[in-house]
Amino acid sequence: MADLLDTWNGEAVAARDVPLLPLGRFQDALCAALGAGGRVSALFGRPHQDNRVLVTAVVAEDRESRLGLLSTVVGARWPSLSAEFPALQAFERELAEQFGVIPDGHPWLKPLRFEHAHVPVRDAFGRGTSWPEIPGDYPFFRVEGEEIHEVAVGPVHAGIIEPGHFRFQCHGEQVLHLEVALGYQHRGAEQLLEGGPSPRGLRVAETIAGDTSIGHGLAYCRALEALAGVEAPPRASFLRGVALELERLANHVGDLGAMAGDVGFQPTAAACGALRAEYLNATAEICGNRFGRALLTPGGVRFDLSADEAGRLADKLGTAFERVREAAQLFFRSPSTRNRTDGTGVVSRELALQLGLVGLAARASGLSRDVRRDHPFGLFRFSHLPVATAETGDVFARAWVRWLEIERSAAFVADHLRTLPESPLRARLPSLPPDRLAVSMVEGWRGEIVHVAVTDGDGRLARHKVKDPSFHNWMGLAQALRGEQVSDFPLCNKSFNLSYAGHDL
Amino acid sequence: MIEILKARLRLGKQTVAYPEGPARFPERFRGRPVLDPARCPPECAACLESCPTGAIADAGRPAMSLDLGRCLFCAECVEACPTGALEFTRDYRLAMRTREELAVRADRGDEAKLARALDERMRSLFGRSLRLRQVSAGGCNGCEAELNATGNIQFDLSRFGVQFVASPRHADGVVVTGPVTENMIGALRRTWEATPAPRLLIAVGSCAIAGGPFAGSPVANDGLAGAIPGVEVDLWIPGCPPHPITIADGLLRLLGRVAGDELRLAGTGIVGA
Repeated sequence: MADLLDTWNGEAVAARDVPLLPLGRFQDALCAALGAGGRVSALFGRPHQDNRVLVTAVVAEDRESRLGLLSTVVGARWPSLSAEFPALQAFERELAEQFGVIPDGHPWLKPLRFEHAHVPVRDAFGRGTSWPEIPGDYPFFRVEGEEIHEVAVGPVHAGIIEPGHFRFQCHGEQVLHLEVALGYQHRGAEQLLEGGPSPRGLRVAETIAGDTSIGHGLAYCRALEALAGVEAPPRASFLRGVALELERLANHVGDLGAMAGDVGFQPTAAACGALRAEYLNATAEICGNRFGRALLTPGGVRFDLSADEAGRLADKLGTAFERVREAAQLFFRSPSTRNRTDGTGVVSRELALQLGLVGLAARASGLSRDVRRDHPFGLFRFSHLPVATAETGDVFARAWVRWLEIERSAAFVADHLRTLPESPLRARLPSLPPDRLAVSMVEGWRGEIVHVAVTDGDGRLARHKVKDPSFHNWMGLAQALRGEQVSDFPLCNKSFNLSYAGHDL
Repeated sequence: MIEILKARLRLGKQTVAYPEGPARFPERFRGRPVLDPARCPPECAACLESCPTGAIADAGRPAMSLDLGRCLFCAECVEACPTGALEFTRDYRLAMRTREELAVRADRGDEAKLARALDERMRSLFGRSLRLRQVSAGGCNGCEAELNATGNIQFDLSRFGVQFVASPRHADGVVVTGPVTENMIGALRRTWEATPAPRLLIAVGSCAIAGGPFAGSPVANDGLAGAIPGVEVDLWIPGCPPHPITIADGLLRLLGRVAGDELRLAGTGIVGA
């Protein structure tokens, strides 16, 4: 790819080395890369002179572990590519909302998260100074006809859940179409990171999606380390890898329980509710916080385990895993749960590919993609986890892939707790060099987390682009509901368990 | 079926001993901090500079304070301090009835009291059955996860008649998490209006108390204070996120179900710093 600058996960480049192409050539190069099997991992704007916008794309070539960078400068419009490549639909909507770049011909041009523009531009959606209360002003897709009815759910849901709005077009019980309107959680995370690094930066990163504190925290720390040209020492790298897999274990075990709860299968629901705590508590044994907050620091980690402590923790987790196995077996062997999960909420492999799904949702639909293998970082460059996939793309597949990942992560955590290498815990992070750009990717428990950090002439963060896996996967949930019963929504939703805050930033 | 029953038996009793017995925490758990400004080197402001949320004030003075409402319990201050003037204990009892009481002050010592119970009338209404509606208004799913955990078989708050319900119409109070985003404030107000009086308003987590890591964001409200015009918060539960037992402890104290309001650790079985 002549028009792309090659880079790798966790490497920094000089910002001026990123090829700056005319718009037409940029889009041609992007389409060529996508046509050849590449994925867009990030596509984001930065303010440019004369009210124009500098757009940079990160194309992931998974098979070669390579990332390609390319940029262009656009004005108030660009020809939309989303009809041809639906995986770009959210990126283009984000670009419209953040920088006023209207994608001409976008098939689904609606606000993404009700975010104010990052630059003083005309609002792409014609919203004035009085901000609309969402979702009131949202142009929902509507199905019309006799006996068609609408079901509106949210933003305040029945349980203790983050807010989002779901609008179902139904014929009787059958869902013809689901539209997900988000933005309620928008806290301005990206802009709070600008001007950094600051003491606040990592705390914001850890709470972009609070159930993924290690995932986003690690992506943030590694972005700064890449910019500064620093590598976390081996022991820190091990502890980070262990913490990332503990986060995966806690969430996957909790989700198996929650799915069991949603099909009314209490034995697994009750057991997993408590077993999830074993993994949260293990994280708290390391750093004092059940979500791993304060464990990480740019350059390394802040807490250590003695050989004794690590061994005891590994033993304890071994016992917990046996109980998780038991709870999972009950769930997967029960005919009544199989009846509810098999063939429910299907996302085909083709659809997953088109929508650019990532993480376990993609793997459950047969797409073998995993940042830990495809763009390995830290511990995962030396220690590999087999990637688990399933074929059916249904609720069962998303539960089954979780179980396979629980098995593998549990073994991984135990192995690495027992073989922590001797080294310092952190490397000093010098001040960041000016005008560099770094891509940092982490496979969080939901999937690919991407942070792209760019420094200005003074070495401050001019832009810190964040992409949570939910950014792509919400559309997967919406599509999974087509033709399903509206009463299966909670189960389908739980099987994806996406982040509202991570999407809304 | 027999396998299910056997598994259930092997699981045994999972419910924590708290509040009748001791609450167990990992050794590195960070609860209420203690301050000793006498140890501060002259002109030192290392803790203030390291704090991500500006929670510390008057370092080195007798009135040195750490606002638990802003504190994220990240302990960067402890790391930055050259003389050990700040430390986090494992005291999980953090909830307070007023915003001001959340400030831990070096010169206040043990005079401070833990969260007081509601008055007798409110206690007679809610003491044995408290139904709460939760609203996340920009919460990251940390506080939400810990609130959910209070209902699982380990913490099992329903032992005390405390339950989270689906509709504000069925609720005796609203529990808010998150910094109260601009995009959620309308829905939060309408949820409050839909909750029949008398009703309680409870802030859980540093975001809902003071904006947390998102304090000062132009698209959020720095927490619950003032978000619902004319309504005061009845209980503040700090933490990022608060531990399920910290949440349980705050709610049970509010209901008068946990006795004693002394801050002193002696005799409580809680391990200090």
